[in-house]
Amino acid sequence: MAKIEVKNLSMIYGGVPEKALEMIDKGLNNDQIRKQTKQVVGIKKVSFSVDEGEIFVIMGLSGSGKSTLLRCLNGLNKASAGSIIIDGKDISRVNPQELRTIRREKMAMVFQRFALLPHRSVKDNVAYGLEIQGIVREERYDKVMNVLTMVGLEAWADYYPVNLSGGMQQRVGIARALATEPDILLMDEPFGALDPLIRQDMQDELIEIQKKLHKTIIFITHDLDEALKIGDRIALMKDGEIVQMGHAEDILFSPINEYVARFVENVDRSRALTASSVMVKPRSVVYPKDGPRVALHVMERFGMSGLFVTDRNGVLIGYVLAEDAGRISDTGERQLDSIIIKEVPSVAPDTSLADILEVIAHTQIPVAVVDEQNSLKGVLVRGSVIAGLAGQRKEA
Amino acid sequence: MDLIPRMPLNHWTDIGINYLQLRFGNSFDSLSDFLENMIISLQDYLLLMPPALLITLFALLSWKFANKKVALFSIIGMYLIYNVGLWDATMQTLAMVIGSVALCIIIGLPLGILSAKREAAHRIISPILDFMQTLPAFVYLLPAVTFFGLGVVPAVIATLIFAMPPVIRLTDLGIRQVPEELVELGKSFGSTFYQMLFKIELPLARPTIMAGINQCIMLSLSMVVISAMIGAKGLGGEVWRSIQRMEIGTGFEAGLAIVVIAIILDRITQSFGKSNE
Repeated sequence: MAKIEVKNLSMIYGGVPEKALEMIDKGLNNDQIRKQTKQVVGIKKVSFSVDEGEIFVIMGLSGSGKSTLLRCLNGLNKASAGSIIIDGKDISRVNPQELRTIRREKMAMVFQRFALLPHRSVKDNVAYGLEIQGIVREERYDKVMNVLTMVGLEAWADYYPVNLSGGMQQRVGIARALATEPDILLMDEPFGALDPLIRQDMQDELIEIQKKLHKTIIFITHDLDEALKIGDRIALMKDGEIVQMGHAEDILFSPINEYVARFVENVDRSRALTASSVMVKPRSVVYPKDGPRVALHVMERFGMSGLFVTDRNGVLIGYVLAEDAGRISDTGERQLDSIIIKEVPSVAPDTSLADILEVIAHTQIPVAVVDEQNSLKGVLVRGSVIAGLAGQRKEA
Repeated sequence: MDLIPRMPLNHWTDIGINYLQLRFGNSFDSLSDFLENMIISLQDYLLLMPPALLITLFALLSWKFANKKVALFSIIGMYLIYNVGLWDATMQTLAMVIGSVALCIIIGLPLGILSAKREAAHRIISPILDFMQTLPAFVYLLPAVTFFGLGVVPAVIATLIFAMPPVIRLTDLGIRQVPEELVELGKSFGSTFYQMLFKIELPLARPTIMAGINQCIMLSLSMVVISAMIGAKGLGGEVWRSIQRMEIGTGFEAGLAIVVIAIILDRITQSFGKSNE
């Protein structure tokens, strides 16, 4: 079941929304609505759902409605129409007490400019959410030190935000959001105000934390590279609407219209694409029991100069070269064991192309893609990697 | 221009004041007693303390909150006051200032918060503050006397009217200036109204509020001289008497004493707003 389900959500800034909502139904655009009602359309008819443990990235340029949408999810913006169902409950129709309870226990927010309280130490900033829930001091600080350790700032507990660098300040912001143990994290361009290098570190760290905690995360960004790196799924917004929604590759390879195509045009594909999206199926493998003659026969048929060797369960053993197979077949050897190259370059399916390029550059034989059980999932050949970089869908 | 005959605004005001006096005279009396007792007992406590003790106290406060220079200044300045025989008058003035400022804060701070939080309240309070700040002090000294008689009480009332506006205005401003993101932070973690106020808004507004209180103290001190005309004693009384007798020298001494007190109080309260940033 979906953790968060948003249906037909609209939000109009300024005044009574009925008339503007009616105009949205009639299909008028935002400019027309603004001219006739003096109201600004924040978001219109947005629907999506997010599964538990998923990172859902909302991406768009400034003014596209992404922050407005995020603020509807915790009621900072009041939705004008539609519903937001979290754990089966429509939070757009709860009373203020219920909303407060939901904000305290279910969700926490991370802000673009960190939003740390300058008059509180790091420790007391992180404790804020616990403090307003009335949790006693000792228990509060126990939890605070746990999350501070998680973000690597346990030594900074008694410092003030002004003493910290931007990256550290945002770690405090993340620790604060984690301290109340919410199911849902709402992150509003959390790394947008950081230097590029720090930003990449923080992205990696978030991914690490997510591996441990499995939160449901709504992540806002205007940076496509960041969206592709972090997001399980991505929604691209424009003028208050979701233009396209899907996995990274859907957006990269099948942009729904000109706007999305232009948006993804300049993306660093080497970081966005992973081994699994550019690998080709290993057309054939041999087993150790197969003799060199079988191997040579297969290579000949597919016009290859080498073959991967796996066991019957598909676990990668190594690689054999045609010349070695030819040499031992002349000596009458019946098994491949003696000529298998055990040190085969291999990468995991979620390795980014940028890292793959480095591996490929240093090897003569194809790169194997293997999962955690070391079973062979695919092969990276130079042609398919280059095609991926050029923005073409590989031939499956 | 003469389409409308002269409006008897003056008579209307007189009638209104008379009505208030008849209708609420008793409650004004009890308010008057309360204020008088407050100021007199404050004054008695200050006079009870040996001058040396009070000078030390002020020096220590200046040292802790401002710096060594201010501490030295307060020792020299207050000893000078004692030396020229203005100690009692100074304590009377100090009692009036402390009492008035305390009332200004007690009344002004909640009003400032209300004004920041409720737009409707802001629209009512703001023009009243304009009125209080621009109306010449002499105009409300007189009705203050008719309600509260001569002495220290009308002086305190006049001081409240004169010195409270900056407390309200700067509290309002300070809370409105809290960055939007920090307000969102408070809300998004589920803070109640009072949690927002005491954990986020007031601490962040503190420098601005302290600037308002500092202004309030300065204005109270300047009102002290004016209110001497309606029978408040203290340093203002000294100045007023020497003006009437053309004793320029004694007038200068009393004036200097006011400046000394003003500088010490200003430096101490200014530092409240700055520390811990």
